[in-house]
Amino acid sequence: MFFEFSFEPVVCVGSVKGVTAAPDDWEDTLPTIRLEQVEKSYGAVRVLPPLDLTMDDGEFTVLVGPSGCGKSTTLRILAGLEDLSGGEVYFDEKPIGHLPPKQRDLAMVFQDYALYPHMNIARNMSFALRLKRAPASEIDEKVKRVANMLNIGHLLDRKPAELSGGQRQRVAMGRALVRDASTFLFDEPLSNLDAKLRAKMRTELAEMRDTLDKNMIYVTHDQIEAMTLGDRIVVMSEGLIQQQGTPEELFKTPVNRFVAGFIGSPTMNFLDGTIITEKSKTFVQGEGFKIALPAATARILESHASRDVTLGIRPSSFTTKPAKSDATIDLRLVVSEYLGAQSTLVTRCGDSDILVEHESASPVKSGGMLTFGIRTNEIMVFDKTTGLRL
Amino acid sequence: MTSVSRINRLTPYMFLAPAVVLLVVALLYPIGYMIYASFLDWRPSQYIGEAEFVGLRNYINLWNDEAFRESFGVTLKFAAVVVTLEMFIGVGLALLLDRNLRGMAALRTIFILPMMIAPIVVGLMWRYMYHPTVGIFNRTLKDWGFEPIPWLSDGTWSFVAVIIADVWQWTPFIFILSLAALQSLPQSALEAAEIDGATDWQKVWHIKLPLMMPVLIVALLLRLIDAFKVLEVILVMTNGGPGLSTEILSLRIYRTAQEFQELGVAAAMSNYLLILLIILTTIMFLYNKGAENRAERLRAAAQEA
Ligand SMILES: Nc1ncnc2c1ncn2[C@@H]1O[C@H](COP(=O)(O)OP(=O)(O)O)[C@@H](O)[C@H]1O
Ligand SMILES: [Mg+2]
Repeated sequence: MFFEFSFEPVVCVGSVKGVTAAPDDWEDTLPTIRLEQVEKSYGAVRVLPPLDLTMDDGEFTVLVGPSGCGKSTTLRILAGLEDLSGGEVYFDEKPIGHLPPKQRDLAMVFQDYALYPHMNIARNMSFALRLKRAPASEIDEKVKRVANMLNIGHLLDRKPAELSGGQRQRVAMGRALVRDASTFLFDEPLSNLDAKLRAKMRTELAEMRDTLDKNMIYVTHDQIEAMTLGDRIVVMSEGLIQQQGTPEELFKTPVNRFVAGFIGSPTMNFLDGTIITEKSKTFVQGEGFKIALPAATARILESHASRDVTLGIRPSSFTTKPAKSDATIDLRLVVSEYLGAQSTLVTRCGDSDILVEHESASPVKSGGMLTFGIRTNEIMVFDKTTGLRL
Repeated sequence: MTSVSRINRLTPYMFLAPAVVLLVVALLYPIGYMIYASFLDWRPSQYIGEAEFVGLRNYINLWNDEAFRESFGVTLKFAAVVVTLEMFIGVGLALLLDRNLRGMAALRTIFILPMMIAPIVVGLMWRYMYHPTVGIFNRTLKDWGFEPIPWLSDGTWSFVAVIIADVWQWTPFIFILSLAALQSLPQSALEAAEIDGATDWQKVWHIKLPLMMPVLIVALLLRLIDAFKVLEVILVMTNGGPGLSTEILSLRIYRTAQEFQELGVAAAMSNYLLILLIILTTIMFLYNKGAENRAERLRAAAQEA
């Protein structure tokens, strides 16, 4: 097409020096990235309240949270695409808040792909390398390798407009992966793939995480992606960091009801009740249930007698064959969602829907009342008003 | 098919027919008249029916007419130079001013003003500015102790003078279209380029210009078509002179009819110009059609993918 400019060195006028010139001190080693009191407002709308966050070098950090909580904004601030309204970003000890993106030595996958519409896929993927004047053979080799890994090897001659959403997303991914940046930023890179492809890409990413020694910061609203990929997960809500930690820490010791409800699938059940003490045993009583708490939990709750609380019970904490130490609860079965190896039972206790994970082998009939045991040592107790875990 | 349904199908055409016929006649009659006239040796004092039919003589004579050939050359040179300058300056300014700074809107409005002034007025304005003694340019040169420039009395300078006037008036056209094109570029692609390490200049060269190209090509062709037809500004400023230095084709046509009273020859000249413009218009039409087809093909492929 005659209006597409050629990239051959002859026409590449202008200076290219400094294009990839990341300051020397983090060229060899990966920087530790630190956000200090970073703020972002659009006019009067405050999107990020002052936010502190440190990402160790070589770590795969996942920012997870519901849509609109400021994940993309945080990532774009890191990339240098948004100005800071306050605070500073540090790479190691060097403030970089004022540096343009190209001096931060990073690659990014955009949520909306952001492909170059006038370039074919091969040229899209190789743009950064061509700007750097990498040798043609090296460019070719890298593009082919990454394209094959992403299953887009047969699309290299096409224009972005000729691809489906999922294919474009993989191209966007490929464009970042051919780069040799020290930090990779991913903004929901799998959101437009179908379930099967997403699972495959998740595995590929997990493999990359283990083989590549790079800083990777990954934004998603999908807690499964967060749990499977993250060395460390940062849970955000409304611009605030709710908790950060390893997947296991977040699952086992969430600090509040939001994190507990966000992490884990199927999601945790919440039951409102009151702490009562009878015959030196501690119970939580609510509409349709009265659950005895194990001694360890009871001790923690001693000071909160007759307080309103919310119980958090994971669907996996229920059992059909209660042991002696287990509490029991009567639930009315509403629907049984058969998933093959297991079922998710949707049941009701008072007004609350309760999800129960259940071995499919034992058949369950709809409509009736069922008695389940609850492994009480897995129960979490939250303050009903603040949502904090007690 | 029943006759009723056939009538139903034809009804819209029947309603449209009178308007279409009128339009075709109104459009084509003057052109047909001009084509017919070009085969005649026709004076304004004659009724067209009395004029002598001379076949292709007017066309052939023009081919051998030094003055006509020179005029054709001046036209090509003029169009090429002004359109090139206007493209470079217009696109350049748009790239420079495509940012959301305060006052930018006002600045943009000022830039459009020249385009809105009637060509006759532009011609008069520049003629007085180029005036050898009291014009602003020569006055200023004199105040600074320089030699005056023979703006409109020297062949080369007068060509430069009319080019400056045209560039002044029509660069804004390119500027406006370029700015609109720039502002509808996908911002995220530019951000991606920044992340990929592109400098400002590389963004212009590798992303902005290629993406603006469809608009720029149409703008260029529109300007080219217009530049071949320019008349009033030059008529008022130089009247083609000195000598034939600024006698562009439309001006020569005008003078052939008005001064030399050779209507047939003027018509033949007009037809040469018309052919040139038809070629340009066809290129533009084909280009647009091609762009549409490409877009269509891409959409279809994406559906399949
Ligand atoms: N350019 C903007 N102007 C105004 N508000 C914005 C802008 N960009 C984002 N926001 C707002 O900031 C909030 C966070 O956005 P974002 O970071 O994109 O969320 P996430 O990526 O977590 O879904 C949203 O409420 C969004 O509406
Ligand atoms: Mg987002």
